[in-house]
Amino acid sequence: MIEQEKWIKFILMLIACSAISALALITFFIFWEGLPVIWKIGLWDFISGLKWAPTKGKFGILPMIVGSFEVTFGAMILGVPLALLCAIYLAEFASPRTRNILKPAIEVLAGIPSVVYGFIGMMVIVPFLRNTFGGSGFSVAGCSIVLGIMILPTITSISFDALMAIPRTYREGSLALGATPWQTVKMVVLPAAKSGIVAAVILGMGRAIGETMAVIMIAGNSLIIPLTPFDPVRTLTSNIALEMGYATGDHRQALFATGIILFVVIMCLNSLANWIANKAVAK
Amino acid sequence: MVLSKNLLLLLIIFIFIGLQSGCRPKQGESQNKIMVAGSTSIQPIAEKLAEHYTKQKPNQKIEVQGGGSSAGIQAAKSGAADIGTSSRELKAGEKDLYPTVIAYDAIILIVHPSNPLSNITLQEIRDIFSRKITHWHTLGHGLPQRRITMITREEGSGTRGAFEELVMHKAEISDWCLVQDSTGAVREIVASDPHAIGYISFGALNSQVKPLAIEGTAPTMANMMQDDLEKRYKLIRPFLFVTQAKPTGMALEFIQYIHSSQGANILQQEGLIPTHD
Repeated sequence: MIEQEKWIKFILMLIACSAISALALITFFIFWEGLPVIWKIGLWDFISGLKWAPTKGKFGILPMIVGSFEVTFGAMILGVPLALLCAIYLAEFASPRTRNILKPAIEVLAGIPSVVYGFIGMMVIVPFLRNTFGGSGFSVAGCSIVLGIMILPTITSISFDALMAIPRTYREGSLALGATPWQTVKMVVLPAAKSGIVAAVILGMGRAIGETMAVIMIAGNSLIIPLTPFDPVRTLTSNIALEMGYATGDHRQALFATGIILFVVIMCLNSLANWIANKAVAK
Repeated sequence: MVLSKNLLLLLIIFIFIGLQSGCRPKQGESQNKIMVAGSTSIQPIAEKLAEHYTKQKPNQKIEVQGGGSSAGIQAAKSGAADIGTSSRELKAGEKDLYPTVIAYDAIILIVHPSNPLSNITLQEIRDIFSRKITHWHTLGHGLPQRRITMITREEGSGTRGAFEELVMHKAEISDWCLVQDSTGAVREIVASDPHAIGYISFGALNSQVKPLAIEGTAPTMANMMQDDLEKRYKLIRPFLFVTQAKPTGMALEFIQYIHSSQGANILQQEGLIPTHD
């Protein structure tokens, strides 16, 4: 009996390791493929270079780094307030019945494939921006709108959980002191749930920065540093997906190197989110 | 959750690349089977030709793969493919291989059907794509006072390579151009944006977009097969089959089939220009 238990434990451990080894393998592979070209170009020249022309030996990804952050920042401006207000309504004001309808509805958003978002963006948002603001319509603004919608479910459901975790006694105390429900939310519940909400926002940010398909369809993928919201843009993710098909030699390696930069950025964001969330638990 | 999704995406990309580079059958594995790999512009037509060819010779098999012109030439060099396909001319370092022209493809400049422009010069195209000309009305012709939206293909694409070689020469394609990774996407954007201009292969042309005449020559099949060089449509690129040496055996038979009148018919149906011989 004990012998059997040992075996089961061993097998489960192997399975757990295989999941982690996938991560190790990916990390190893991406660095193995990408580092030589970073070594050759120099890390600083690679991330601060303005010109990307891989077939002519120019590997600068600054426009894409800036592009990725601009698009993500735009998505945050549009998505975070919306998601947060959604979460507040669901957690604090909605009746259990409305909550049971609205929460799953918002979560359905997470299940829509990103190519569908991209398609709708291309068919609806891009022509709208083109007709309203001129230019091509393929722009930072278009991407931000679509990504802002895509990150809604992530931020809403995690902030909702954070708000629900605040003990009822906090609210009761506040209300007993004569605060209105909105004052209670603003001054008691939100500050108490701050760490959870920040973690939610950072996870949403990770989702936005890593999105590829929808962005490739709406961004226009130009190689400029966009100066207005209506300029076209290329992100790190779309650079990889766009050019992987034909790339050979240094060009291919430079795409892996782009992946390294993206990998590091997303790792940092996730670690930050974990650290903040853990701090909340410790408190 | 977010992390694992991104990792999954990367993993899939890697597996895909692994499959592409690792799983090509060795040359000479079977004499009844040849591997054709390379340009994605040639891939669909090569598939069609292979399908018709193997219908006639059921005991032979032709496998067609994409990967891009550079990868195709590399595959022919290393022997990973019996025939490498390329939609650009061989470069200096690739001259040790043997190229056979199987057809010519034309690059067509396209605009929205509502655009009054119908003819353009090579210099004008160059200036538009290098962003020396930014507005339509600069071209005269009573054109709209709107910014031109230029659409180009991504780095590494054979169509882009041919466009750079045939039109841009030393001028650089501006970083402001929108970049799309397929002919279809370029065409879709031009079809929906009244101020856009893009370039595609002749075979991909349809009625959603308006083709431009270049230096007064309309992009028609007759003008492309024109013997008189002066009157011939300018933007033509060769589709090459590249082999290690002069083709023999099944590769030769396949090439002979493409050069036959049957092959020429299929090429023309796909919007390509058969070779003259």
